[in-house]
Amino acid sequence: MVEIISLLVENKPGALMRVTGVLVARGYNIESLTVARTLDPTLSRMTIVVDVDDRLRPQVIKQMNKLINVLQAQDHTEAPAVSRELLLLRVRAIATEGQNKDARTAILKEAEIFGARVVASNIEGFVLEVTGDPEKLDEFIDVMRSYGEIEVTRSGMVSVSLESKKLKLAPPITRGATQSEEEENGVLNG
Amino acid sequence: MSTAMANKLMSGSEVLLECLVQEGVEVIFGYPGGVTLPLYDAMYDHPIRHILVRHEANAAFAAQGYARSTGKTGVCCATSGPGATNLVTGLVDAMMDSIPMVALTGQVTSKLIGTDAFQEADTFGITRSATKHNFLVKKIEDLPQILHEAFYIAKSGRPGPVLVDIPKDVFQAQGHYQPVNSIHLPGYKFVVDGHNGQIRRAAQMIWEAERPYIYAGGGILHGDASEELVETVDIVDCPVVNTLMGLGAVPANHPRFISMPGMHGSYAANMGMYNADLLIALGTRFDDRVTGRLAAFAPFAKVIHVDIDPSEISKIRHADLPIVGDVKRILKRLNFYLRETKDEMAPKTEPSRAAWRTQIKEWMEEHPYDRPVSVDEIKPQHLMTEIDRISGGNAIVCTDVGQHQMWAAQLIRFNKPRLWINSGGLGSMGFGMPSAMGAQVANPNQLVFSISGDGGFQMSLPELATIVSNGLPIKIIVMNNGYLGMVRQWQELFYNNRLSQVTLDTFPKADLLAAAYGFKGRTIEHPRDLRSALEEAVAEPGPFLLDVRVTPFENVYPMVPAGGAINEMVLGQPSPAPAGVK
Repeated sequence: MVEIISLLVENKPGALMRVTGVLVARGYNIESLTVARTLDPTLSRMTIVVDVDDRLRPQVIKQMNKLINVLQAQDHTEAPAVSRELLLLRVRAIATEGQNKDARTAILKEAEIFGARVVASNIEGFVLEVTGDPEKLDEFIDVMRSYGEIEVTRSGMVSVSLESKKLKLAPPITRGATQSEEEENGVLNG
Repeated sequence: MSTAMANKLMSGSEVLLECLVQEGVEVIFGYPGGVTLPLYDAMYDHPIRHILVRHEANAAFAAQGYARSTGKTGVCCATSGPGATNLVTGLVDAMMDSIPMVALTGQVTSKLIGTDAFQEADTFGITRSATKHNFLVKKIEDLPQILHEAFYIAKSGRPGPVLVDIPKDVFQAQGHYQPVNSIHLPGYKFVVDGHNGQIRRAAQMIWEAERPYIYAGGGILHGDASEELVETVDIVDCPVVNTLMGLGAVPANHPRFISMPGMHGSYAANMGMYNADLLIALGTRFDDRVTGRLAAFAPFAKVIHVDIDPSEISKIRHADLPIVGDVKRILKRLNFYLRETKDEMAPKTEPSRAAWRTQIKEWMEEHPYDRPVSVDEIKPQHLMTEIDRISGGNAIVCTDVGQHQMWAAQLIRFNKPRLWINSGGLGSMGFGMPSAMGAQVANPNQLVFSISGDGGFQMSLPELATIVSNGLPIKIIVMNNGYLGMVRQWQELFYNNRLSQVTLDTFPKADLLAAAYGFKGRTIEHPRDLRSALEEAVAEPGPFLLDVRVTPFENVYPMVPAGGAINEMVLGQPSPAPAGVK
């Protein structure tokens, strides 16, 4: 089963290495990983799709949360969230060959059906851009393959939660201060 | 921190040493090298104590011995490249056993990083998975903040090793020590106070249980919660076991203390675990060496699991009642609620608990640990029994890994926390003697035993020089059976006794070896010499090397074979072992 993890990570050296390192060390296979800066340039958002047994999903989130550079780790697999992937596809359809005229027209029609955009076109063929959920992209690839030789680059999943979840951060610690017994007793009596 | 200090222009090395002073560091275990030359130059006239080990791997083990015996953060130091890679085993070891440690490593000059410079290694990358967190310092201005963060991370939450990699030019740069008053690591969240409702429910579950069983691990020691744990045991009046990492958490002479559970745990400890209807797991992580086959582990029990690390909850065994937080605080409140509800709730289940205590006692009497004594050869168990007699539950005992470790854990009693020091999770051979150095440095007036097998002892052999140089009066006991005993035991039991590469047929003469280093040593082979030799070792004001030739083919029992159920222990030798040495 796949798990979609959304991480908010400090832009510190080695942060990506820590995240991937823990996933690999714990035996979770990374299906895709995207990372880019957020509105706050000191932070990055990662969307990671891992292949993991369903009952281990909470464990993956806990392992991510243990990393000091990870500010927030969320499981988007079943949570209200939107997940999309971008695909760039080059399909070969040479314009000069007579019978291919029809093929080129058909490709453009199919692209329209899938909501794909033509981002480059030459006598060799087209480069198409399409976004969607992975199933849709798989289908698009299947269709395009029927028209000729293709080459594909997928971005990997990006995901955004539909709910705003409050970011819980550790407060600054004053050095040398220890939490007093009184505070503890306060909790006990309260 | 005086303003004079803050204004004074200092080198990066001096800033680093000032940070260590501010953190209360008493001693560094280390080994110098090319890129740490500026640091060692600054140490030349700095009051901080540095113990020069003979191999960097042992610096990390010694720092652990210091940390494990005191609870303070241990510090080790090595140069770039080979120095840093030699620390790695000790880092992973500290990681597995949650030991607070800060490792300082030199790195090649910043502008040479990535050029395959002399003695360059990607320490930051290599130690990523070996540490709780690691840092690469880019400029002197960052040094104080990073170092104080390193010490904070190492000691707080679930403790662990933190490595700080420092390029040579940062040591050499000139700058100021800026006092660091605040540490802000927004992503470093850990819960301290457990959930109050959960703690109340735990108290209720405990009183409702008929066969409650406390399973306490190393977390009790890290959390300094031994006193609170004993109180819990006394209030509930139920059996308690300490894992290999937790020995000493409950004094061995406590009437409700059974022993260690697991692969080589006692019969009663494992039978109790199997038959309990409530497992109160405290600061412990259901290690495979404790649980055996998981499906058959405590099959009738509900589980209360207290741990500061949320990722340990339900990692191995589902927790019916998880409580995340600091075990000391949680136990304090649990004890409060247990007392509050005792009169009302306890009487109903007390008859069952009384029967449970009787049952445990019967199991303890039925199959205590085997303590064979022979008239013509020294049984390893006899050796441990004699060390236990001398220790009386009060000596620090550091061990290596293998048969001797298991016999020591079974037969030597610990009446206080932090006396029993061994590599539990990683199981690193060569851990014993260097960790004893750290423990003896931290506890100069305490009796410290280093117990190793003849295998592990030879892995840490170079440290004899460190022990002598620093006048550490460690009693080095080698349980010498001429084999890698634990591997041999498994080859005998599970590989048709085909003894492959486990024979250690060469061992130096202890008296000559010790004399070569300038201290006393002795070899004994006969049981009549055992007591007097141990007494001689302890009476010696300096270190003493005692090579004890024991029965070579003795096996550790009880034993839960790998993948076996904990209630199906092999209690003794199945059949005579014919030797088939190759």
